[in-house]
Amino acid sequence: MSAAKKLEPDWDFDGLRRAYDAISDIALKELKLDLYPNQIEVITFEQMLDAYSSIGMPLMYKHWSFGKNFARDEILYRHGLRNLAYEIVINSNPCIAYLMEENSMMMQTLVIAHAAFGHNHFFKNNNLFKQWTDADGILDYLEFAKTYISRCEDRYGEEAVERVIDAAHALMAQGVNRYPRRKAMNLRDEEKRARDRLEEQERNYNELWRTVPTKGVRARPAYNEIERKKLLGLPEENVLYFLEKNAPLLKTWEREILRIVRQVAQYFYPQKQTKMMNEGCATFVHYYIMIRLHETGFLDEGAMLEFFQSHTGATYQPDFDHPGYSGLNPYAVGFNMMTDIQRICTNPTDEDREWLPDIAGKGDWVNVLKDGWADHRDESFIRQFLSPAMIRKMKFFDLHDDSESDLVVKAIHNERGYQTVRSKLANQYDVVQNEPEIEVVDVDLDGDRRLMVQHRVFNGIMVKEKETAMVLQHLANLWGYEVMLTEISAQTGLVLKRHVTQPAPQ
Amino acid sequence: MNIVDRRLNPKGKSLSNRRRFIRRAKQELTEAVRKATGERSVSDTGSDNQIWVKADRLKEPSIRHSGEMGERDHVLPGNKHYEEGDRLKRPEQQGGGGGSEGAEDGGGEDAFQFALSQDEFLDIFFDDLELPDMLRKQMKSSDSFTPVRAGHAVSGSISNLNLKRTMRNSLARRIALHRPRPADIDEKEAELLALGDALDEETVARRGELTARLEVLQRRSKRIPFIDPVDVRYNRFELVPQPVTSAVMFCLMDVSGSMTEHMKDLAKRFYKLLYLFLQRRYKNVQIVFIRHTHQAKEVDEETFFMSTETGGTVVSTAFEEMMRVVKARFPRDQWNIYAAQASDGDNASNDNARAAALLKRFVLPACQYFAYLEVKDEGGRDVTTDLWRTYDQLIKGGAEIAMRKVSERAQIYPVFRALFAKDAKAGAKA
Repeated sequence: MSAAKKLEPDWDFDGLRRAYDAISDIALKELKLDLYPNQIEVITFEQMLDAYSSIGMPLMYKHWSFGKNFARDEILYRHGLRNLAYEIVINSNPCIAYLMEENSMMMQTLVIAHAAFGHNHFFKNNNLFKQWTDADGILDYLEFAKTYISRCEDRYGEEAVERVIDAAHALMAQGVNRYPRRKAMNLRDEEKRARDRLEEQERNYNELWRTVPTKGVRARPAYNEIERKKLLGLPEENVLYFLEKNAPLLKTWEREILRIVRQVAQYFYPQKQTKMMNEGCATFVHYYIMIRLHETGFLDEGAMLEFFQSHTGATYQPDFDHPGYSGLNPYAVGFNMMTDIQRICTNPTDEDREWLPDIAGKGDWVNVLKDGWADHRDESFIRQFLSPAMIRKMKFFDLHDDSESDLVVKAIHNERGYQTVRSKLANQYDVVQNEPEIEVVDVDLDGDRRLMVQHRVFNGIMVKEKETAMVLQHLANLWGYEVMLTEISAQTGLVLKRHVTQPAPQ
Repeated sequence: MNIVDRRLNPKGKSLSNRRRFIRRAKQELTEAVRKATGERSVSDTGSDNQIWVKADRLKEPSIRHSGEMGERDHVLPGNKHYEEGDRLKRPEQQGGGGGSEGAEDGGGEDAFQFALSQDEFLDIFFDDLELPDMLRKQMKSSDSFTPVRAGHAVSGSISNLNLKRTMRNSLARRIALHRPRPADIDEKEAELLALGDALDEETVARRGELTARLEVLQRRSKRIPFIDPVDVRYNRFELVPQPVTSAVMFCLMDVSGSMTEHMKDLAKRFYKLLYLFLQRRYKNVQIVFIRHTHQAKEVDEETFFMSTETGGTVVSTAFEEMMRVVKARFPRDQWNIYAAQASDGDNASNDNARAAALLKRFVLPACQYFAYLEVKDEGGRDVTTDLWRTYDQLIKGGAEIAMRKVSERAQIYPVFRALFAKDAKAGAKA
């Protein structure tokens, strides 16, 4: 690569192209990244705010909550309380990355390396994304969703549509399949299927209500519990899916809206589980590339100074007792772990050899990292790769909290504590453990059609009562009959609490 | 790789989401706006209408773990001196050593702050307010005509040219008159060219034939124009007189020496609000500013709000001035007339009877609605002033005057709303 022309401080389209080519050279030859084709879009800060408020997607159906996000983000931004994110990048094929026009040329270079190469590679290669998201189809699907919902608004009124979306949003966290069981999703088929179904107007056959007795005839098959549950596919962790298929009173369009919200939730589920790795991967990639761009003379010292300021800002981890502490910074943890893995591969200590024998001294850190990025999510990545050296560097400690007596330090960054810290930190990143485990367990077909939902309580952590009541209200409205949430202890099987909600009169 | 410049794409993609959000929060916003206006002036809120809203309707609930019970572990960074087994006092507010989870979208969301634009702010503030008893009166002045599309015309201004119609007529005429198509001429010319300069008999004959034919075609094409004046059509507009509800508001303000700075401030705030309200809600409302001491004068907006002047107090002069303006410019059969008077209630004692008589005989019959705002000093004693007593007697005699007292800024907004709320008259008299 030639170092002929240095970059100007202000960006222009020619500069972007040259930066892209220089980055591409390093990313493909040295890091051997595997990428979706890139589409880079230059936008204004207002457009960035727009994209922000609709959960980062360029296309979204209309809903007041996005207006609320916008209103809140706008004031934070205008008052300088919050900077807009580094970038927005969309897991689609082609991979779309947004650059803000206010950025300097150095920032644009950084963002291209970070988003268009780091995130892009992660999206394309990580197993969770491969399994659960469909990068080829997402934009078309969202286009369909947007049109569909706006047509529903025309036909049934904004308020009626809003009621359904509100309810579906409340249950969004319960609208994902956590464990693989069907074939990988294909949103193009999904869209076609929805169209086909639309054409079959309101043909609304429902397996469930075949069991409703007809007048005078008592010869209804008496389903036993096992048959009934099998018929309904229970227990079902995906509450939105269950409602879409089985809620007796919903209209076709309402089911379709539940399905749309469910698809969106599922699309974002891998991002939730891999936030630290995803940011770590992108940060590691941009760091490697920026340093190499400096070595090849593409970036001068001034640009590098600016880069380091931005980079260290993004990867800064305040201590737990710092007023600015707001949890672990995914950029910091991810970037440090990946740099650490690189070190272990090339320059291991005896300790590393003992703790991470598979990779210590292996030399080929590029492939070790790429395998790691492909095969793991945050929780398993930490369980696999968090080294004692990292624990010492971050000075991690484990604080046990039983909600009553004093807090107890259970483990610190020493020989006796590494194992515990690593395992507890992994748990902390486990989305499944950090969200209440909710399942639809049964429907009272013989009686009042009550829907029975269960929360398995681990370690005595129950759900927030008031907020849960609001969600259950939405659930009951969708189901159309009474809903009961039972909280049972996973350890003892005892019932800890029951929440019962009636649907609101329409 | 593909670089796309999206900067010129339409802005405000989230406007419809914002509209939905404001509709959703309507009730809470209205309360928040009313509260906010008690603390500051509407007119100088200008750029920064920040509003705190707390609303269950704006909450997006989800099922989440309670932070107050059960056992859990927090892995935290930055250990300074803790050893294994150390016990720490529980932080006071909340269980758990750190916000290692749930900090993102949760906690501080109950109340949240955002900015309304000036328009949104005023819309919400003036919602439900109106000028009472507005009647439709025909206005004769020229600006109440609106152009309405009314078919087509053969003459008109070039900017109203209806291209589609014109071309249609042109096409029909060209077909009817057999105007040769350019393609026909081209074809003949090409054929002629293709024949070359050969001199054999057949070619020469053919050439002659073609040349003659071409000549006919070209002549025809010249004689029959592509667009003829008879083809041209214009969009025609008819001026339709609009029945307008036109109204005039008289703002009568006492600026005499007995008015303290505080009182003037209150009065001006009141009029400022009135002014904003009228400007925003009514297209055809004229505003006449009259201020008076011992003599009254119609002034412009700037003078009314800005300049300082003092003197004695003779209220009747203001009414005389108002009636003069009404006679000169606002005939009663064409205008809805409103008046709002602000004063400290002092009047020259020999003028009370005259003011009452003027009000009763001329001003009130001319007005749809007459509002009187009495401004007081903060914490001042609640004495019944001359003017208040005079008006009170008029009301007892069956006159319709809406009266209110105001002594501090925060009261301006509620009083304003009370005076102009829909069906205010019933309330105002009480």
